[in-house]
Amino acid sequence: MGSGEGGYEKDLNLEATELRLGLPGTTSSAAAPDQEPEARQARNNKRSLVDRCEEEASKDASRALQKDHDSAPSSKAQIVGWPPIRSYRKNNLQTKKTEAETSSSGIYVKVSMDGAPYLRKIDLNVYKGYSDLLKALENMFKFTIGEYSEREGYKGSEFAPTYEDKDGDWMLVGDVPWEMFMTSCKRLRIMRGSEARGLGCAV
Amino acid sequence: MDPSKSRDSAESTRVIQFPNDVLERILSLIDSHRDRSAVSLVSKAWYNAERWTRRHVFIGNCYAVSPQIVARRFPSIRSVMLKGKPRFSDFNLVPPNWGADVHAWLAVFADQYPLLEELRLKRMTVTDESLKFLARKFQNFKALSLLSCDGFSTDGLEAIATDCRHLTELDIQENGIDDISGNWLSCFPENFTSLEVLNFASLSSDVNFDALERLVSQCKSLKILKVNKNITLEQLQRLLVRAPQLTELGTGSFLQELTAHQYEELERAFIGCKNLHALSGLWEATTQYLPVLYPACTNLTFLNLSYAALQSEELAKLVAHCPHLQRLWVLDTVEDVGLEAVASSCPLLEELRVFPADPYDQDINRGVNESGFLAVSLGCRKLHYVLYFCRKMTNAAVARIVQNCPGFTHFRLCIMKPGQPDSQTNEPMDEGFGAVVKTCTNLRRLGVSGLLTDLTFEYIGQYAKNLETLSVAFAGGSDRGMQCILDGCPKLRKLEIRDSPFGNGALLSGLEKYESMRSLWMSACKVTLHGCQMLATQRPRLNVEVMKDEEMDDGQSYKVYVYRTVAGPRTDAPAFVHR
Repeated sequence: MGSGEGGYEKDLNLEATELRLGLPGTTSSAAAPDQEPEARQARNNKRSLVDRCEEEASKDASRALQKDHDSAPSSKAQIVGWPPIRSYRKNNLQTKKTEAETSSSGIYVKVSMDGAPYLRKIDLNVYKGYSDLLKALENMFKFTIGEYSEREGYKGSEFAPTYEDKDGDWMLVGDVPWEMFMTSCKRLRIMRGSEARGLGCAV
Repeated sequence: MDPSKSRDSAESTRVIQFPNDVLERILSLIDSHRDRSAVSLVSKAWYNAERWTRRHVFIGNCYAVSPQIVARRFPSIRSVMLKGKPRFSDFNLVPPNWGADVHAWLAVFADQYPLLEELRLKRMTVTDESLKFLARKFQNFKALSLLSCDGFSTDGLEAIATDCRHLTELDIQENGIDDISGNWLSCFPENFTSLEVLNFASLSSDVNFDALERLVSQCKSLKILKVNKNITLEQLQRLLVRAPQLTELGTGSFLQELTAHQYEELERAFIGCKNLHALSGLWEATTQYLPVLYPACTNLTFLNLSYAALQSEELAKLVAHCPHLQRLWVLDTVEDVGLEAVASSCPLLEELRVFPADPYDQDINRGVNESGFLAVSLGCRKLHYVLYFCRKMTNAAVARIVQNCPGFTHFRLCIMKPGQPDSQTNEPMDEGFGAVVKTCTNLRRLGVSGLLTDLTFEYIGQYAKNLETLSVAFAGGSDRGMQCILDGCPKLRKLEIRDSPFGNGALLSGLEKYESMRSLWMSACKVTLHGCQMLATQRPRLNVEVMKDEEMDDGQSYKVYVYRTVAGPRTDAPAFVHR
């Protein structure tokens, strides 16, 4: 079995596609000589076959991409010059996307909580709306906010989420539409205690 | 009298003999180059009168003719438009340094047309040397327009601004430019007043705003101003109050935190622009500031929002103020809902272009689809030009769209996933495009996409009798497809094909056709070197250029560019282009 398997292995040239730790050129016979030959072979076979399959699959995919005009190419690969959009337009759109993903445009804001030792920073873009944001804040600072009502603010809680707007005023979170909030919010502060209860009370 | 003699004299008086100067006077009123071509074929006298009176020459392929031949025929040219590389070079399918360098033309022009005033180039290579040469040699130079060109930097623009004393137009659009600095704008002389058109929207370096403001104040005839992204809203306001006569405006970035006072001032500036009929730029436009545009939108005929990722409600609110809109370019972020709003607000719409905000996003539910296109076709009966990027489409929708708008002249549909079938029936898109060519008898330009068999091309060959330009990608089943096109479309001028299974048989079936066309492009098809050689041998008046397709690793794939020419094989072909 041993030599037979060895010959079969050689024909397939599994060694070439084998994943191994070690410098190229070293053979597997150097490793684990105390293991049973069959087990070692089985282990090598398995890995190598998987490798080979992966290699074949990727070759097939690229062949399909390049030559097979009838079927759609692999969805992950990008075809040169497709879709047909001028480079200038493509570059402009892509930079725009990266900007929106990473830079501020006023969307990364500091969040402070009264009594907490340090501040946090969050990206408002990540949240779909107020409930999403407030849930995230509750998680981040380990507290509960309570329910918002237009009349009474965040009733039943000793916390009130507030934000500093463009004019420098401290506003209660939740009064204005979410989009407007996103563009006018400069920083967030979670007030607590008596100060918090002062906000949202009918005057 | 001898009957034959009287017949002869009757014949000769049928072609009225005008004195030359009268003929020239009449012909000088004709502008269209196609009309002029027709005129030149009437008789030798008319040919001569035409060539002496022609002031503007349009050359659709810079290699179809040589500058010497042009100068020999037309002695009095003042304005030239030149197009260079094949259109697929816009999508990186043509290797760099392929050619189309304008310099050889400028050298001849400097000699033959020293009074040249206008130069418009598309897809040409233009070096800084050439721009400096242009500025130096042509004392009367007035208008420079560069679209999709490459090879130059902002240094070249400095020479133009510095030396062209009578410049009226500087239009730099979407070029592969080396943007070193915005200093070129400061190179206009202090007392410069002649500018009528200034477009630097696609340049990314900062220009000196004071210099720009001064320029705008001094150039009282400025009609078209398109600034780049770096110009803020506040700066825009200052420019607008100095140029209320503008007819076309390209704004800078529309994202800035303005105070209430600044917002009002900007609003007032837009109210003051009573002559605006085209608007573009609007980078990063958001709900907050779009309303300042509303007063200026009443007379808008062209709105280019293709760099502003608007949502559907934002677009809906904006187009509600644009009842006279004829041309609209948007990103697909507006979605079908946004297009529905366009359909109800803009009944006079003639042209719609929808570009993908994220071309590589595979999510089939993003962007626009058949319902948006359908809605526009229902609401805008004058629609005749569409460029539409979508992720799915159905044959039924396309058929209904062209039923609603049978007047299509340009139908360019790009279903972004190659080989995508009808999303409802899973069939090829043959019947949809079949409906297009059957219904739209005035169709001049067609771009096809999706899963297509040879049947599509049979339909096109059979029905598209006015078709001039056809773009094909990832389509067709056999040589027969391409043959149908070449056999069937009498007015075909430009055919560009990529990644389709057409081989030598198809290529050679066009032997009789190519000299009546401007050009043929084929890449990643089944054409071999041998087929190209056969074509070249049998048609010596065609240039058959072959390039190895670097993207294919089989070593058998070629890119072929075939075009008619009276200038013979080109002398500037780089090593990778075989003839």
